[in-house]
Amino acid sequence: MQLILGVIALWLVLGIAGVFFPRNLLLVSRVLFPAGALGALLLAAAALDALGGEIQSRVLPLGLPDLPFHLRLDALSAFFLLLLGAVTAGISVFAAGYFRRGEGTPPGLQCLYYHLFIASMALVLLADDAYAFMVFWETMALSSYFLVTSDHAKAEIRRAGFLYLLIAHVGAIGILLCFGLLHGSGDYTFDNMRAVQLAPVAATVAFALALFGFGAKAGMLPLHVWLPEAHPAAPSPVSALMSAVMLKTAIYGLLRVLFDLLHTQVWWWGVVILVLGLATALYGVVFSAVQSDMKRLLAYSSIENIGFILVGIGLAVIFQSYGMRALAALALTAALYHAINHAYFKSLLFLATGSVLHATRERALGKLGGLIHRMPWVAWLALVGTLAIAGLPPLNGFVSEWLMLQAFLFTPNLPHPYLNMLIPVAAAAIALATALAGYVMVKFYGVVFLGQPREPSLASAHDAGTWERAGLVWLAAGCIALGIAPVAVIGVIDSVTGQLLGKTLGASATGWMFLTPIGPERASYAPLLFLLGILAVWLLTWLAVRRFYHGRVRRAPPWDCGFPAQTARMQDTAEGFGQPIRQVFEPFFRMQRELPTPFDAAPRYRVSVEDHLWYWLYLPLARVTNALTRVVTLLQRGRISVYLMYSFVTLLVLLLFVR
Amino acid sequence: MISWPGLVAQLTEVLLAVLLAPILLGWVNQCRAWLQNKNGPGVLQPYRTLRKLFAKEAVLAHNASPLFRATPYALFACMCLAAAIVPTLGTDLPFSPAADAIALVGILALARVFISLAAMDIGTAFGSLGARREMMVGFLAEPALLMVLFTASLISHSTSLATIVAQLTQAEFVVYPSLALAGVAFTMVSLAENARIPVDNPSTHLELTMIHEAMVLEYSGRHLALIEWSAALKLFVYSCIGIALFFPFGIAQGGDALGLVLALPALAAKLGVGGFALAVIETVSAKMRIFRAPEFLGTAFLLAVLAMLIHFLLEA
Repeated sequence: MQLILGVIALWLVLGIAGVFFPRNLLLVSRVLFPAGALGALLLAAAALDALGGEIQSRVLPLGLPDLPFHLRLDALSAFFLLLLGAVTAGISVFAAGYFRRGEGTPPGLQCLYYHLFIASMALVLLADDAYAFMVFWETMALSSYFLVTSDHAKAEIRRAGFLYLLIAHVGAIGILLCFGLLHGSGDYTFDNMRAVQLAPVAATVAFALALFGFGAKAGMLPLHVWLPEAHPAAPSPVSALMSAVMLKTAIYGLLRVLFDLLHTQVWWWGVVILVLGLATALYGVVFSAVQSDMKRLLAYSSIENIGFILVGIGLAVIFQSYGMRALAALALTAALYHAINHAYFKSLLFLATGSVLHATRERALGKLGGLIHRMPWVAWLALVGTLAIAGLPPLNGFVSEWLMLQAFLFTPNLPHPYLNMLIPVAAAAIALATALAGYVMVKFYGVVFLGQPREPSLASAHDAGTWERAGLVWLAAGCIALGIAPVAVIGVIDSVTGQLLGKTLGASATGWMFLTPIGPERASYAPLLFLLGILAVWLLTWLAVRRFYHGRVRRAPPWDCGFPAQTARMQDTAEGFGQPIRQVFEPFFRMQRELPTPFDAAPRYRVSVEDHLWYWLYLPLARVTNALTRVVTLLQRGRISVYLMYSFVTLLVLLLFVR
Repeated sequence: MISWPGLVAQLTEVLLAVLLAPILLGWVNQCRAWLQNKNGPGVLQPYRTLRKLFAKEAVLAHNASPLFRATPYALFACMCLAAAIVPTLGTDLPFSPAADAIALVGILALARVFISLAAMDIGTAFGSLGARREMMVGFLAEPALLMVLFTASLISHSTSLATIVAQLTQAEFVVYPSLALAGVAFTMVSLAENARIPVDNPSTHLELTMIHEAMVLEYSGRHLALIEWSAALKLFVYSCIGIALFFPFGIAQGGDALGLVLALPALAAKLGVGGFALAVIETVSAKMRIFRAPEFLGTAFLLAVLAMLIHFLLEA
């Protein structure tokens, strides 16, 4: 606990140091950010140490009089702190090489917001009373708002930032009301909330408010609209941090309320989370397939992954409410495993897009291509992230997918007939979403890194610098390690499931190499053997081909069915690659097409794909709000005598009531 | 835990699969030729093609990246691994605990992603077109295959393919309604995944509707040989999955040596019949328009989900 608080204090000091030297890029990037990364590593180590240990509490004499900050470090907090520290270490090292002069906010201020952001996230995870939680939660939202709008000279970035801030606050209201219900008649410490027994109706309302509030932060449908706007607007390390860690604090909050502060779980809460999670996952992945901006594509993919995590939580609630604790542990383990996986591969990919952005000044997929030749480091490391996020063995994305499918597959008969029908349909939807994720990632990687450069300016693209490479290598190594050592990772997650569900998964019955969550005869998976098998066959084939045949290679122009006038513009664009998805999932989109006629002198093809929810939900809501505001403005007369009269009338009415 | 006879059987099975997979392809082509009143090149033709390709020099485009050169090997390795976990002759496979049915789908997806990325690597019009279509077929075929395997796993309470087959062999002559639906779905998926009519045509290079052939246009020499060999192995693996799930009778239980020897002619007979059936399907059906393919595969996906639902509802 001391060490963790020390690291948080270090971050705050580093941030404040940045304010004093706002334009000293050398100091900020060579001293402050690397020191922050070192702190993050320490934090991860301390959190790992605290995972198996006892619950530690502490009261900080800060805040309002009589309202000190209560902090508590238990297994759930420690797990998310571990995630925060391990991923932030890589992102901070990358950021050391990333921030430049002349890109919006000066580097020193950037450093302040950045470190304030990570410190507030760490404190959110530690908070043990509603007051401290909300203070840190709002600090997190505000500091990240300033990071998102760091390029505030552009109008669309200010707009994205406003949308983000708006939805963050609408969500915060939900969380605040939820705590208001949970505390019963006592004080606002979480200890008191744990002791309060709520009536079923009140508990359900509290659950709904928590799901709304934390769902808004996590990007759950239909509150996801800020995510594809805010993530591309932010500088890449910040997008990585928001996607990898901030979305997970929302998951943390949901788990804290569901399994810790509320005592009982009702089965249909699980169904609500499961269905919303499925909808979020499918919606996110389908939209991500039709994007033509690489960061928007990744942002939609984050929505999909959050949906996946929610599905795991929903299943865990269903199983826990029926007392099937072993299966609940399996589903929750899958969700937590996916949370940490997503943190690693998504930050890796966001940082890779940052390097591409710096090298080419281009975010549109349609103007990239062929970067594997110019930026081999970024390209090969991004390939690891691409394969991992597509859920392919033996990398980490596959492990959580595997665990999740096992949870579906070994669902025994639930006492509810409709639930029994929901389970296979949900499994099918998850399988479909994962397969679509593969489609999206092939599109992303193929269009950005492979093929021919679509613009002549790409010939001058340069590879990432040393700091950036180091950050990317750290995250890619994490993807591989999480993929091939699942038993060790589940050993870490077990302390969380033990705390929340009172039951651990116990990942292996037959040694560290085999992942056998239910029993070796039911299912087992050994990623290390798998990897070794592939590599062995690969090597043997290569040696055999070399041994028995020649290794001659001749370079020639591409064949392409003998077509000689091949140009880079004949490759698939991002829009072209997404076209089958646009066609198959047409009802999902609000599409506007503009097609040229055969006789157009200057033919133009345009297609715009938008979200139905904007038109069905948000714009009507905005109109209603505007109409209500107009009613309120009737009060505004702009004359002081009228306002004085209002005060007088109010006083009269109040006196009438008080007497 | 790992027994030596098991290991020997495992290695033999993989080697047999790798060496004999081209015969299956040759047999299908031969049957198709007969059905079309042609003489046909004989069942050994794929070997001749492979030998010819291996002997030729490999021509690479100027801008081919290392990924392009590594993909044929990766593809071949994936298919060998897939062949290692599907029970062909016996169910005693020491490699089986390393990868179960979900991992099998994962291996096939890994191979698909690799070949699609390689197809986009040169940056030709046909390459990226093929990659896009392959992924379009894949995103529906993959979950459908997963659902088929799930139905079988639900019946046998295990996702390990060896255990599934062992369970299904014991329950002889019990007809599972869920498996019947899953069988139809599986047939449709295998046709699509192996680039067969009605989804794709394996024997053409000059059609605007090609999928698999469009992706491998830029390959030549030993790289193309490995890709062709992997395609043959893929057909073999899919046939063996079908046999293992729907006609498992005759597959040896455990490491029984005599059973293994007897299983070989049984497998050959089943593959012969299966290959002929495939040739008949290809002869009597016409190729679909490319945008009918999602409907075709969507049907397969729904059938597979229905199979799983039926299992949940009827417990059978």
